[in-house]
Amino acid sequence: MAGTAVRGRLTWQIATVSAITRETARAVTITLEVPGWPGHQAGQHLDVRLTAEDGYRAERSYSIASAPGEPVVITVERLDDGEVSPYLTDELRVGDELELRGPIGGYFVWAPEDGGPLLLAAGGSGVVPLRSILRYRQRSGATTATRLLYSARSLADVIYRDELSRSGGGVEVIYTLTRVRPPGWRGHAGRADAALLADVAWPAGQDPLAFVCGPTSFVETVAGALTGLGYPAGRVKTERFGATGGG
Amino acid sequence: MSPVSRGFHGRRRTPAGQEGRVPPGQYVTADFPVLSAGPTPHTPPEKWSFSITRAGQPAKSWTWAEMRSLPDETVTTDIHCVTRWSKLDTVWQAVSVDTLLAQVEHDARYVLAFCDGGYTTNLPLPDVMGGQAWLAFGYDGSPLAPEHGGPARLLVPHLYFWKSAKWVRGLELLDADEPGFWETYGYHMYGDPWREQRYAGD
Amino acid sequence: MEALDGNAIGGLLHEVFGTEMTAAEGTCAACGARAPVAQAVVYLDAPGTVARCRHCASVLMVIVARRQYRCVDLSGLAALDVR
Repeated sequence: MAGTAVRGRLTWQIATVSAITRETARAVTITLEVPGWPGHQAGQHLDVRLTAEDGYRAERSYSIASAPGEPVVITVERLDDGEVSPYLTDELRVGDELELRGPIGGYFVWAPEDGGPLLLAAGGSGVVPLRSILRYRQRSGATTATRLLYSARSLADVIYRDELSRSGGGVEVIYTLTRVRPPGWRGHAGRADAALLADVAWPAGQDPLAFVCGPTSFVETVAGALTGLGYPAGRVKTERFGATGGG
Repeated sequence: MSPVSRGFHGRRRTPAGQEGRVPPGQYVTADFPVLSAGPTPHTPPEKWSFSITRAGQPAKSWTWAEMRSLPDETVTTDIHCVTRWSKLDTVWQAVSVDTLLAQVEHDARYVLAFCDGGYTTNLPLPDVMGGQAWLAFGYDGSPLAPEHGGPARLLVPHLYFWKSAKWVRGLELLDADEPGFWETYGYHMYGDPWREQRYAGD
Repeated sequence: MEALDGNAIGGLLHEVFGTEMTAAEGTCAACGARAPVAQAVVYLDAPGTVARCRHCASVLMVIVARRQYRCVDLSGLAALDVR
């Protein structure tokens, strides 16, 4: 199975910021040049460590947004009272160094041979590792039937919106907007709940594989709904970002 | 050595003029961070009790009503967490542990605070006497919230705040010092922030 | 802060064990439940990291970092199977 152990030592190393792209008002995508990067699997993350002049350190984890084979890319969403995210979204510049270690993870990963149909459920910035999965699916030419349920506060908060709108055949993107809907919105509204999952999830009989990522409360609700629909626990993979989705 | 991250300062800020109130290695926060090692217990007052025990047997117990009928006081104090944040001028409503211990005959030298959820922490008995320790049920003018240790927590501000056990349900009287939860994993048995006693051997 | 899961300590576990551990299956010593480490309920705040069984909330692992040392208590696990 693709999700097997990552061998070898995990050490902190210095990467260089090679590009910064603003995705939404609060989210920024950072491309990193990482010397000796061994490659990564779709769904993995890396740990970033910041050090202030007096030696004070802060560490956070960020999911890798790019597919295996692509340059290392993370997307960071700014939390207003965050300690690290505002630095990465507002202060960081191309050419700056960033200390990181990775790739990390072997459970929340997908490769084409893992099959599907795939149900990807994203709560806010939980879309980041799922985007890596989608890009890998596309790059590999896989035809796995895929649905992405993406819960966001508003359309303006949807990360990768253009890219997702260009998803090829076999990928269906379903939004639910929890706070603000555009006039005439005919899509789903409100937080994901059991009723919405009953509507959009692949029937359990098709032996689907689900990846659920986002704030803890989102993951608990969606994973609970899926097991309620008959998904075996082993076919629902979860990654919780905490109430605030990072920091 | 890690490189310095250009332009990164972190959240810390010790206001000018307050350096003398802040133990070494600490920084002042305006927040009240919630640190936890497990799910938040929610014990309703009618199920709550506080006991002073010896060899596992209660020497004296109080129900919530009994505890609340004891004299209480407003305590304004600075608190210092081993994770390096300090919060100044916190205000608590609390019963002095002296008031509780006065109702028990004892010759113990140490106590082990025990709590809902299984957390424990050890202290020398003299450090929970002499007006240095309280059973706190109110914070900042309101009942103590569960995430901050409500309905009641220990308050021992002269030591690192992991000694101010949340969701406390009693004190076991001991003859010898015994490590509690974090002390077992290498945190200091005493924990004086002014001598920066974070870990065993400091 | 809300609890996270074992994914959040993937880096720490890799550092401690020398290999990726989130896909490893842990058996709770208290209730016998068996699940990937990624699904443990994780409390990330210092003073230390605590991973609990999702079924019964018993402590599976405690990891405390002190300078260059890591104190690791696995006594809450009856078994830990790395694939």
